[in-house]
Amino acid sequence: MAIADIHVTEETHSDGHEHHEEHHENFWTTYVFTLDHKMIGKQFLITGIVWALIGGLLSVIFRLQLGFPDMQLEWLRPILGEWITAEGKIDAEFYLALVTMHGTIMVFFVLTAGLSGTFSNFLIPLQIGARDMASGFMNMLSYWFFFVSSVVMLISLFIETGPASGGWVIYPPLSALPQAVNGSGLGMTLWLTSMALFIVSSLLGGINYITTVINLRTQGMSFSKLPLTIWAFFITAVIGLLSFPVLFSAALLLIFDRSFGTSFFLSDIYIGGEALPNQGGSPILFQHLFWFLGHPEVYIVLLPALGITSEVIATNARKPIFGYKAMVGSILFIAILSFIVWAHHMFVTGMNPFLGSIFMLLTLIIAVPSAVKVFNYLATLWKGNIRFTPAMLFSIGLVSFFISGGLTGIFLGNSAIDIQLHDTYFVVAHFHLVMGSASFFGLLAGVYHWFPKMYGRMMDAKLGYIHFWLTFVGVYMVFFPMHYIGIAGYPRRYYSFTNFDTFNTFSDLNMFVSIAAILTLGAQFIFLFNFFYSMYRGRKASANPWQSNTLEWTTPINPGHGNWPGKIPTVYRWPYDYSKPGAKEDFIPQTVPFSETPESNLPHENELIKLETDSDQKVVVVDEK
Amino acid sequence: MFQVIIILGVLLLLIILYTLFRISRLVSVVKGSDKKVATTSNKVNGSLFMVFLFGAFGFFFWYSWVYFDDYTLPVASEHGVVTDTLFWTTMAVTGIVFLITNILLFWFSYKYQHKEGRTALFYPDNHKIEILWTVVPALVLTGLVFTGLRAWNDITSEASADAEVIEIMGYQFAWGVRYPGVKDNALGEYNYQMIDAVNQFGMDLSDKNSYDDFMPIEMHVPKGKEVLLKIRARDVLHSVFLPHFRVKMDAVPGMPTHFKFLPTKSTAEMRSELEDPEFDYFITCTEICGRGHFSMKMKLVVDEPADYEKWKAEQPTWLKLNPDYLTKVPEANQELAKIKSGLVEGDDNNLKASL
Repeated sequence: MAIADIHVTEETHSDGHEHHEEHHENFWTTYVFTLDHKMIGKQFLITGIVWALIGGLLSVIFRLQLGFPDMQLEWLRPILGEWITAEGKIDAEFYLALVTMHGTIMVFFVLTAGLSGTFSNFLIPLQIGARDMASGFMNMLSYWFFFVSSVVMLISLFIETGPASGGWVIYPPLSALPQAVNGSGLGMTLWLTSMALFIVSSLLGGINYITTVINLRTQGMSFSKLPLTIWAFFITAVIGLLSFPVLFSAALLLIFDRSFGTSFFLSDIYIGGEALPNQGGSPILFQHLFWFLGHPEVYIVLLPALGITSEVIATNARKPIFGYKAMVGSILFIAILSFIVWAHHMFVTGMNPFLGSIFMLLTLIIAVPSAVKVFNYLATLWKGNIRFTPAMLFSIGLVSFFISGGLTGIFLGNSAIDIQLHDTYFVVAHFHLVMGSASFFGLLAGVYHWFPKMYGRMMDAKLGYIHFWLTFVGVYMVFFPMHYIGIAGYPRRYYSFTNFDTFNTFSDLNMFVSIAAILTLGAQFIFLFNFFYSMYRGRKASANPWQSNTLEWTTPINPGHGNWPGKIPTVYRWPYDYSKPGAKEDFIPQTVPFSETPESNLPHENELIKLETDSDQKVVVVDEK
Repeated sequence: MFQVIIILGVLLLLIILYTLFRISRLVSVVKGSDKKVATTSNKVNGSLFMVFLFGAFGFFFWYSWVYFDDYTLPVASEHGVVTDTLFWTTMAVTGIVFLITNILLFWFSYKYQHKEGRTALFYPDNHKIEILWTVVPALVLTGLVFTGLRAWNDITSEASADAEVIEIMGYQFAWGVRYPGVKDNALGEYNYQMIDAVNQFGMDLSDKNSYDDFMPIEMHVPKGKEVLLKIRARDVLHSVFLPHFRVKMDAVPGMPTHFKFLPTKSTAEMRSELEDPEFDYFITCTEICGRGHFSMKMKLVVDEPADYEKWKAEQPTWLKLNPDYLTKVPEANQELAKIKSGLVEGDDNNLKASL
């Protein structure tokens, strides 16, 4: 009753609002300071794409150094200036700045803001049947905080002392002492400022996603009928809300240590010819605070991608997702466990070994829900009728990366094995596959799948296929060889391996990886062309191009602010009624009541027909009030 | 000129590609294939998954087999054998899962590609199977956890009382090692505020134990005897990594850490095993520490126990090399310091008397 009440008032209010809006829309309110969740989603997407390009280019520069250590890079001087040494090489400190910024940009700006920001914003109201986010204004603030944070981070790339260069994990004392590395001067200050703004953006967004999912679901859209995308976005937002403040506190304490002479993380340091006065601080404390966000962050990045994949695979395999409840359960279980495994990043930091044992136990437990997800994806494909849309290809690719990268986590989660593998290329291979590439593929799958809803046009499928195959093969060529390099003990973040005979045997393989990385980045330009070309000249989309069940395809092809011109549709069934026996077509949208599909209803669904009319009556009652 | 040609070439290529793209779109419109649910592309993509499956696994097996010796490091410590066994056990278990799941993924994609007139199987859940594939991974992981835990507990247990104690300190950008000295076999106290350009370790010269401590330019350890590394850092985080010994532990300023291991192969033995007379063990850094992170290398030599004792006895003490610092030694200990450091020849009786 109560819920119905809220919905009706919300509807009338929004309708009025919409009319008001239509009269006053101009360029600034439509494209810049927009309150429309769809436009804000697109703003996040475009900004994310720009960042992905910058992050990718940075990685190519340091791959040049690793793959071709003797190469003359004088031709980069017009762009990089003094970062190219007199000998035509990349400066060793700039190399560290490159890996640091590549990590920061990819993890936070592309895979957190670009992925969650885009699809949570775009899909939550459309898939739960809401006019907009709970607070359009906060949503706008969320984007603009992200934008300012981006600008600050971008500026840090161009300052004379260089951007932050202590690794994306910014462990103090390195990140606290400008004497230790140039990047810990102004570059680090800008990094911390940018991240503080980013966290504000992320919290504003997260609170909005949570509120919207809890309060603004349409009539009949119970939690058990939510698409898995929404479950993933919802839980992701909860994880972010609980963990980002901890990073904020770590950043704040680090700012104190850097600028106000406190000693939270500093102790017993002799550097640059003098002993610093700081005593009693603990660098390990920072690592605990950092990874309390840092590990959940992995799932903040990954869960939305898995949510998107679940939706895309079910739609294109024309089968219900196998084990819907287990999928939701595993998301919840992963979310809870993600908060109690952080110290597996710290087995060899000098932390008490007993803690190491506990965290090893908890870490390996998290493999169970992850395994369940993989098996469920496989079972969904089994006996399907698969349409290989570009989104579907990227989703299958994601599952492959999730398997290959996830399994190596079992090595690294085992503290005894981690002793040798910690901070080697094995780790680089592991997280680039399971977190980087898998999430990136989720992002691409999402763009290909929901592009028709975003721009009312289709992306070119053939270019999508070429893009997929080049990227899929390319990613494996880049990251698979790194396992071998890691098993051989090569440490990460090394500017060069020429000092070591033992570490100097893989120059061929490193060259191979670098060439593959350049080709893979090159293939992304096919996507960029396809994206922008199709935005204007793509084939016009039909209302439901993928014959999907979820609510967003019941909106007009180009939905206005408010999404549905009339009443928000009512939801009667779960989103995965694909290929139901007896049904006329191989999909039944969520808005079709069971009373209209007697031929395909399961016994318990026939019982629900009575309730459908009941709930309709409730709405009528409220309307009369 | 050359650059102009390259730019023109690239432009031409892009124009050709764009034209091809336009033609293929027009063809697909004419054929009406953009109206169909699945076209030939669907078959092509399905088949490509099989091509990828065979191709990728082909490369995987070929490389893993042929280059096995290149990417596996020989092991030279007691616990290293244990962790290597764990590594390869885990590799076997995960390798099987890796193969099966990837094969199923690509094979299902190929086998169940769209066919006109076929309907997918409506199969939303099966509790028995779901419970099965939750419980089985849980059991397998439990097995891995417990073998791992046992090894971890052994590795991190207390070192034995007669272990050879060596201090290693990371600083930008090198390692320093300090030995407790042959006369008292105990490391002297240190204080970071006493560090200066010469007294790199910040040795506290009011502590009698420091007089015979010595800092060689390379690390030596005895074969077959437990070594306890006492690890510290002077400026930022570093991480002691001995790849051949499977040893890794962060060096943290303000918080000393430690790691114990037992070398099982001397440098000479490893040289003959690898058939490489140039081979040397080394220590390196695995925690990003600034510009010179990649260059923090120190030579490590594993001696036969007798050679090791001989080497130790030959090393001059730090105080002997830096006699200026005698002024920092308290008046009462001057004599002792001179004898222990070897500045003044003194036999053991003299030493005992002054103690």
